[in-house]
Amino acid sequence: MNSASTSAASPSVANEGSSAALMSVQGIVVRFGGVVAVGGVSFDVGRRQICGLIGPNGAGKTTLFNCISGIYKYNEGDILFEGNSIRSTPRHRMAGLGIGRTFQNVALFRSMTVRDNILVGAHQLGKSGFIANALRLPFVRAEDERAEAKTDSLLDLLDLRKVAEELAGGLPFGWQKRVELARALIGEPKLLLLDEPAGGLNHGEVEELEGLLRQIREHFDLSILLVEHHMNLVMRVSDKVVALEFGIKIADGTPDEVRNEPEVIRAYLGESDDDDSH
Amino acid sequence: MNSNSTMTTVMPHAIAKPAVTPLALVGLAAGLAVAVGAAFWFSDYHLFQLTMVVVYAIAILGLSIVTGFNGQISLGHGAFYAIGAYVTAILMDKYDVPYFYTLPASAVVCAGVGFLIGLPALRLGGLYLALTTFALAVAIPQLLKHKALEDFTGGVQGIVILKPDPPFGLPINGDQWLYLFTLGVGCIMFLLAWNLLRGRIGRAMRAIRDRAVAAEAMGIDIAMLKTRTFAVSAMFTGIAGSLGAIAVQFVAPDSFTVFLSIEFFVGMVVGGAASIGGAVFGAFFIQFVPNLADQISKAAPGAVRGIILIIFLYLAPAGMAGLTRMAIRRLRRPKPTGA
Repeated sequence: MNSASTSAASPSVANEGSSAALMSVQGIVVRFGGVVAVGGVSFDVGRRQICGLIGPNGAGKTTLFNCISGIYKYNEGDILFEGNSIRSTPRHRMAGLGIGRTFQNVALFRSMTVRDNILVGAHQLGKSGFIANALRLPFVRAEDERAEAKTDSLLDLLDLRKVAEELAGGLPFGWQKRVELARALIGEPKLLLLDEPAGGLNHGEVEELEGLLRQIREHFDLSILLVEHHMNLVMRVSDKVVALEFGIKIADGTPDEVRNEPEVIRAYLGESDDDDSH
Repeated sequence: MNSNSTMTTVMPHAIAKPAVTPLALVGLAAGLAVAVGAAFWFSDYHLFQLTMVVVYAIAILGLSIVTGFNGQISLGHGAFYAIGAYVTAILMDKYDVPYFYTLPASAVVCAGVGFLIGLPALRLGGLYLALTTFALAVAIPQLLKHKALEDFTGGVQGIVILKPDPPFGLPINGDQWLYLFTLGVGCIMFLLAWNLLRGRIGRAMRAIRDRAVAAEAMGIDIAMLKTRTFAVSAMFTGIAGSLGAIAVQFVAPDSFTVFLSIEFFVGMVVGGAASIGGAVFGAFFIQFVPNLADQISKAAPGAVRGIILIIFLYLAPAGMAGLTRMAIRRLRRPKPTGA
């Protein structure tokens, strides 16, 4: 992989280009047919920063999120990750660049155990192929043991130890979300994309999640971009908040700044009947 | 997406981590001892049947790798079995290659054909792949009869090959040697499959089956992994075809009709789609249930087979492997109700 050389070269590139931002979204436009879902949005996510992406339904959050994770292609603008465009990066290379993600309604490998789910997250760290695996060469064994050790520590961190050998599909929703988080974290992402991590969680679980996100940032030295409806969580946990409405950025700053932005107050409290622009 | 959900509803396969407990090792060693001992207990005819069980087990294992573990339905694995059988027969008959050297050749040819067919077919995915492979199985007997290939394939007549002699002056007869040779190759194939399926690649296969979008986000190159899986699967079934040809000492186009593919599929489902051990059970099932049905009713053995199959799947919806797993779970976790 050339990820090592990329990251070695990145500080200089980042310093020149986009003021040391880990990821820089630059004037992204996404059109579906005639509908403009995202109409030229720009913002940066710094290293070790937790960035919240908010907005009413249909504001374009999920579309933007899908562009960053490589699911959608954008029509105009560009997204730079460590100074390099991700425009033509295939989806299966995103993890290798250092972009990990979770899914809005949880996308676990349901018939696999919790442990195996997390181990799949380590796929991109390995490089053994079919033949080496079939012969179980020593380096394959070593690779597996490293992944197992990391899995064990994540099982402890996310309090999943006692369900490690259970099938992921049979767990309660809140547990599944933690498994998904562990699966994303084992791949050593530099940027973790969380699509509504608080969705479907109860009050207590949301509070736990808040602590967990902070803990993860410290422990893994990464940045987090979260799309979230749960306003309290976003405002408490984020270093920076970006607010969208109708595919346009209406605010960008610290949680306090964004909270007091008239446009944001209007979008959320004012004429909020006109949601859903799909 | 669509194909995945079909697979999981049709076959609720839950593969537990293949942990190597001491008990499992003892069981495995005992099973192997019985399998080797069988060479000296059974008559030649029954030994031939057991040889075919090993052959079918490898063939079904191949199918299970692609369909059970990777979620790609193949209804045409009989085609790869046929190709493997013919590679061996042609090499032995036309080029005087010793039988054991034909196995690697057959592996390479079948993996190659599997890869080439997988390349476009897997992009279609799901039901389309099922139909593409089905078409292959339908076409194969006719291709083998084709005039252009007749010099090699022997046309409708097929090819007769000689039964190998036991090597090193071993004091056993040809049937015993054939059985032990097939068993040995079978053990190697099962070991390779077990290694492949329990590690990084096997997890990636299952991840694609369960949730392709998430697998991709974990860095798995889906198209690459699926095509290679298909090639490996074709290789396993092809090697089974080679061993089958040596065991039967004869290949002909009409031994490899589309029914063979369906038999493999039945064997896989009955054994438990995503199960290594299930392939062995499935092989016993497709080898002996027809005989059993014949004994029950000479008039309508097909109907009896159908009924046996339905009853079995009613009792064990996740195949033999599912049943075993449930039993083990029950034994390991005695509910603390009364105690």
